[in-house]
Amino acid sequence: MNIWVYIDHFKGSALPTSWEAVGVAKSLGATVTGLVLGSGVELVAKQAFEYGADSVILSDDPALADFRAEVFASTIAAASEIPDAIFLPTSTRGRELAAMLAIDLNTGVLVDVTSIELSGDKLVVTRPIYSGKIFQKETCVSKPQIVTLRGRSFPKPAPTAGKAGEIKKVAAKPEALTNVEGYTASEGGVSLTDAGVIVSGGRGVSNNPSLQPPAGMDEKAAEIWRAQQGFKLVGDLASVLGAAMGASRAAVDAGYVPYSHQVGQTGKVVSPDLYIACGISGAIQHLAGMRTSKVIVAINKDADAPIFKLARYGVVGDLFVILPELTEAFKKKLGK
Amino acid sequence: MKIVACVKQVPDTAAKVTAESGKVNWGDAPLVINPWDEYAVEAALQMKEAQGGTVTAVTIGGPSSADALKHALAMGCDDAIHINDPALAVLDTQSAARILAAAVKKIDGVDLVFFGKEAVDGNSGLVASQTARLLGFASLTLASVVKFENGAVRVERATEEGRQVVTAKPPAVLSIVKDYGEPRYPSFMGIRKASKAVIPTWTLSDLGTAAPVPAVSMLEILNPPSREVNCEIIAGTPGEAAEKLVEKILGEKVL
Repeated sequence: MNIWVYIDHFKGSALPTSWEAVGVAKSLGATVTGLVLGSGVELVAKQAFEYGADSVILSDDPALADFRAEVFASTIAAASEIPDAIFLPTSTRGRELAAMLAIDLNTGVLVDVTSIELSGDKLVVTRPIYSGKIFQKETCVSKPQIVTLRGRSFPKPAPTAGKAGEIKKVAAKPEALTNVEGYTASEGGVSLTDAGVIVSGGRGVSNNPSLQPPAGMDEKAAEIWRAQQGFKLVGDLASVLGAAMGASRAAVDAGYVPYSHQVGQTGKVVSPDLYIACGISGAIQHLAGMRTSKVIVAINKDADAPIFKLARYGVVGDLFVILPELTEAFKKKLGK
Repeated sequence: MKIVACVKQVPDTAAKVTAESGKVNWGDAPLVINPWDEYAVEAALQMKEAQGGTVTAVTIGGPSSADALKHALAMGCDDAIHINDPALAVLDTQSAARILAAAVKKIDGVDLVFFGKEAVDGNSGLVASQTARLLGFASLTLASVVKFENGAVRVERATEEGRQVVTAKPPAVLSIVKDYGEPRYPSFMGIRKASKAVIPTWTLSDLGTAAPVPAVSMLEILNPPSREVNCEIIAGTPGEAAEKLVEKILGEKVL
């Protein structure tokens, strides 16, 4: 079986999920070709070999400096000897590229899969739907079978330094319909979907009546002010742990933190090693977005909150008291 | 400007969804317009308000899906088209995209097509880009800010690395994320108008296409593996609880 793996990168820095995808393809016994597209991306090609690719298809062209799905899809679809399957990470780029490749190659996409097996010459995958409330097993009946893999769902292979292989160069198809003007300031902090540790806050983060807001604030402004004091405690713990900061939909809808932090059915689906939920009761939409976390810790005033049903460890109490203690205790233990 | 907003009907996100006898069961939870699609309708209406023109809501689905269109009409869409054909009961994303692309072609002269980021049931997030590819339109996905300037659409896109600014000349397909801003509630007048609206139904023969052959075949619907649910409650004063919790977490070797 021949599998192409799209090595997703941002300005020459490869996403770890790309290597996870190479690892899965190798584990299926396939001959793996890395697809490396960009401008000045020889290093990414070199890394692809080190992480296990047998060969690399390289398109290195200034016209590919910015990712544009229509340009990248045309370039890949024009390459000869289309394989049995194409794997991509489920990143914003990987998803859109998979979508367009499926149209160009008249085939289907198995999207955001969390497990994969070989049945004869068909890939059978499992993927979460309804944000993880349901798992669906499916296959793609046409070829190539296009699969996007959810990050952190497959082991990342160890690189072998100095391993090399054959590079086949292909020409870029630069006809574009879009123009990338640049980036506004990045959101900053650790990306939720790549994070190994996430500390999240919910509605309860504003629930500290003893905090006296500055004079002259109306009720709504005072609530947001209180929440910001609470989220500062969440952020302090996150920064000691090198963690990303998450939030429940209730906290985002109430205006406590921007939407980019939202975890759940209408936010991001995450799967960290450690998830610490602070003042989150555990609405079904939130649980759907974080239930595959390895270890879940809940801190909540309400001992009956549904979040405790999913948590490995729980502390029933006031997060405004417990979080600073927890941050200090971690600082001491981790020598920070 | 001729604008299309594509919407889908889905079970309410508060539904307890389970796999039963190989099927997805959402009990008596209501079917609603896909929450992401409300942002798409909002963005479409704001574009119309700024540039003039019409917004047509389009859905594919059985008889009940007309309610999703009525919601879009009540929000302010000018008209709606219900694509309903028994041959479309099972669709994968590229089949859905082929049908929607055929509808956009039949509507004719469309400048912009709006989608939500994804549907909360299938979570694929592919149909917008696939429809764009089939139509040869520019694809501007995951937009949180949408402007029309100097004859081009300018969007800010939510990517892993920050907000990317991308422009394209119409015709274009856009998908909208929640950062765009809260969708409006249907007005009383809007609801009255929508309840009286006669929504045309298009079948495959109206579209002049054969039923697309799905490339993705669903094999099995499963409940997710159940999680270990023994929660160990850490007791003590806040200081003691914090120390104990740190020991426990370090013992899990997840840091």
